[in-house]
Amino acid sequence: MERWRTYGFVAGFLAVPMVLYTVFVISPYAQAFQISLTDWNGVSARLHYVGLDNFGRLLGDEVFWRALRNHGILLLVLPIATIVIALFFAFLLNLGGGARGPGMAGVRGSAFYRVVFFFPQVLAVAVVGVLFKAVYRPDESGVINGALIRLGLEPVGWLIEPDLALWAIIAVMVWQAVGFYVVLFSAGMAAIPKDYFEAAALDGAGRVRLFFSITLPLLRDTVQVGWVYLGIAAFDGFALIQVLAGDKGEPDGATTVLPIEIWKNAFSYSKVGYASAMGVALFFLTVTFAVLTLRTTRRERIDL
Amino acid sequence: MTHPGEITRRQLIRRVGLTALVVGPGAGLLSGCATGGGEEPAAPVTSAAGSADPRNPFGVDAKKPLKVTIFSGGYGDAYAKEIHEALYKKEFPGAAVEHDATQQISTQLRPLFVSGDVPDVVNNSGPQALDLVALAEQGHLADLTGLFDAPSIDDPAKRIRDVVTPAVLDNAKIDGKDLVLNYTVSHRALWYNAKLFAAKGWAVPRTWAEFTALGDKAKAEGILLFAYPGQKGPYYQLWNVLYTAAKIGGNQAIIDIDNLVDGAWKAEPVKQAVTAWADIQAKYGDKAYFGLDHTQTQVKHLQDKLLFYPVGSWIENEMAKDKPDGFEYAIAPIPDVTAADKMPYGAIQVGVGENFFVAARGKNPQGGLEYLRIMLSKEGARGFTEKTQNLTVVNGAAEGLDLPPGLRSAAKAQDAAGQNIITDARFEGWYKELFDYGTEQINVVMAGRITPDEFCSRMQAKADAIKKDSSVPKQTRGE
Repeated sequence: MERWRTYGFVAGFLAVPMVLYTVFVISPYAQAFQISLTDWNGVSARLHYVGLDNFGRLLGDEVFWRALRNHGILLLVLPIATIVIALFFAFLLNLGGGARGPGMAGVRGSAFYRVVFFFPQVLAVAVVGVLFKAVYRPDESGVINGALIRLGLEPVGWLIEPDLALWAIIAVMVWQAVGFYVVLFSAGMAAIPKDYFEAAALDGAGRVRLFFSITLPLLRDTVQVGWVYLGIAAFDGFALIQVLAGDKGEPDGATTVLPIEIWKNAFSYSKVGYASAMGVALFFLTVTFAVLTLRTTRRERIDL
Repeated sequence: MTHPGEITRRQLIRRVGLTALVVGPGAGLLSGCATGGGEEPAAPVTSAAGSADPRNPFGVDAKKPLKVTIFSGGYGDAYAKEIHEALYKKEFPGAAVEHDATQQISTQLRPLFVSGDVPDVVNNSGPQALDLVALAEQGHLADLTGLFDAPSIDDPAKRIRDVVTPAVLDNAKIDGKDLVLNYTVSHRALWYNAKLFAAKGWAVPRTWAEFTALGDKAKAEGILLFAYPGQKGPYYQLWNVLYTAAKIGGNQAIIDIDNLVDGAWKAEPVKQAVTAWADIQAKYGDKAYFGLDHTQTQVKHLQDKLLFYPVGSWIENEMAKDKPDGFEYAIAPIPDVTAADKMPYGAIQVGVGENFFVAARGKNPQGGLEYLRIMLSKEGARGFTEKTQNLTVVNGAAEGLDLPPGLRSAAKAQDAAGQNIITDARFEGWYKELFDYGTEQINVVMAGRITPDEFCSRMQAKADAIKKDSSVPKQTRGE
């Protein structure tokens, strides 16, 4: 009887979110798997099953592989660049000032910088996209190119050179993400007991040594979480690329990613079945990435 | 679709909202708009049962409400609300008209087609228009044969098909049936500032040599000869190249491309047209325009930073708000590329556009057909021209109206062209994948990253792939 009441109580709380989650998340996922086996065009009332044809076609689709390659680059560069920069800033903001008064302090004005770093995070992706469109604009009205032209240099086609466009977009993604991870890592650093640093400092450790021997090892869990988040973000990028580069991943598809291709196939070409197959592929990629990262970086927890 | 996707604030917000919804980790959610119940599509309502009354040829139930969805893009939606719907209500005072304006035709209507609660009249336009071939396959589009055979409102002795531009009838067909009404007429070629030319004493070039000579003269004054928007509107240049190919080799060049004829893209006129324009870009262009969208490019045009811009006659109304007094839009035909062009100088493209259809399985298809008949009356058409400064397919409807100078120049150019009218490329609507690929590749060839030959073979390869793809329904055209 006692047990019934406890479980009933818990179940009462869980029922509504579970139902919502099932209806709005699980069932569309399941349906995407179903539709990926059909050649549904988005309007017909009947599903015509074609087996694994869509997946076979994926393997031979040059654009699909180009999108995958771009995901690969994003997956390598986005987390590393963001985490390195964010760790650096977080260290400076929290511990970079050295021992001052009781415990460690950040560099002068760190409260102000903290707010500034967080600004990009509050902006909607679309706003960031429009903003950087103006920054990257290829003529004299662009922020960067305007300055370059005034200095007598050749303007750079940030978003129109196929070799440059993806990097220009990654730079924006990093710029936008850093603020959040600075805050995340700052919280992690605040949880590290001050006496560790004091003890190390007494033994003569410099800031670099403090960072690598104390801060980084004790932040491991936080960094790992950040890595997974950023990895998943690397599988998206849809909104930013759509606004900044265009809805075909311009130029020449050099910046295309799977979500862009899914959108194009489903809504422009009415190939909803094929698009769903891409969605399923993307699902497995994301899950594989998350599982792999969590597995390979698992380790004994350190109790602080 | 006449206007490239102009991103409005609302669209952006929607897009981002969609991102959150659609492209979470694993974009499997895409199928959120589920399939229907799985029942066989009902037999489509063929054009409504005729009635003997010429004032109500479709036998409209005067009490039944009518639902209208308008694409609120460059033309706005006032023409529908204040003219056509008002006329409908005048004819049937007892009927309620439900008006809906959107920029997201496909996003809004697709679920309705699956569920069955469709609007009766749809203005299918904009970057997110519905795929009409897919809808036609499912029998969602009402047959318009009855409409074209119905008496005109202005003169019951004449049928609708006799009072509209003949291109309306050619372009109505999907799978051989009349399903789509194209409502506007537009003139496409190169557009320039007549006042600038008058001030400088420049003449509109008639041959390619004159064209490049003018390019040198303009360069000396810091003006570009030609530019097109590499963002959102590169298809303006794809059109331009195709029309140039038709000028060199006759309309057959475009018809073959539309019909997916083997080797159509590798035909000599297509190659010559691509080469000619890629040369212009290399010698007289500015690569910065590859990164500008249509609005940015059009503003630069208004500032006299470039001479010629490839677009259609809607440009005048589109830029009306920004147009300075020193600018007057005028149309210039594509200059002769070779000495032996099949079409003489003066040939321009005159095409119909802006799709409307009646939903076959809506609640009031008869009312929908009547609504289109009202649109095709002189009063309805004139009201549209007054509201949007664009011409309609209704013959003589704009007579006596005070047209802006750009439209007058287009009408004059059409008179001068006579029979030498360049046809529209219909694969844009038929094989969107091929067209999208073309808009991507035209930037690549114009930027000089591939040669015109490579452009032609890439387009041919894509066209061949579409031809082989059994999941893409095929269309053919005659003339």
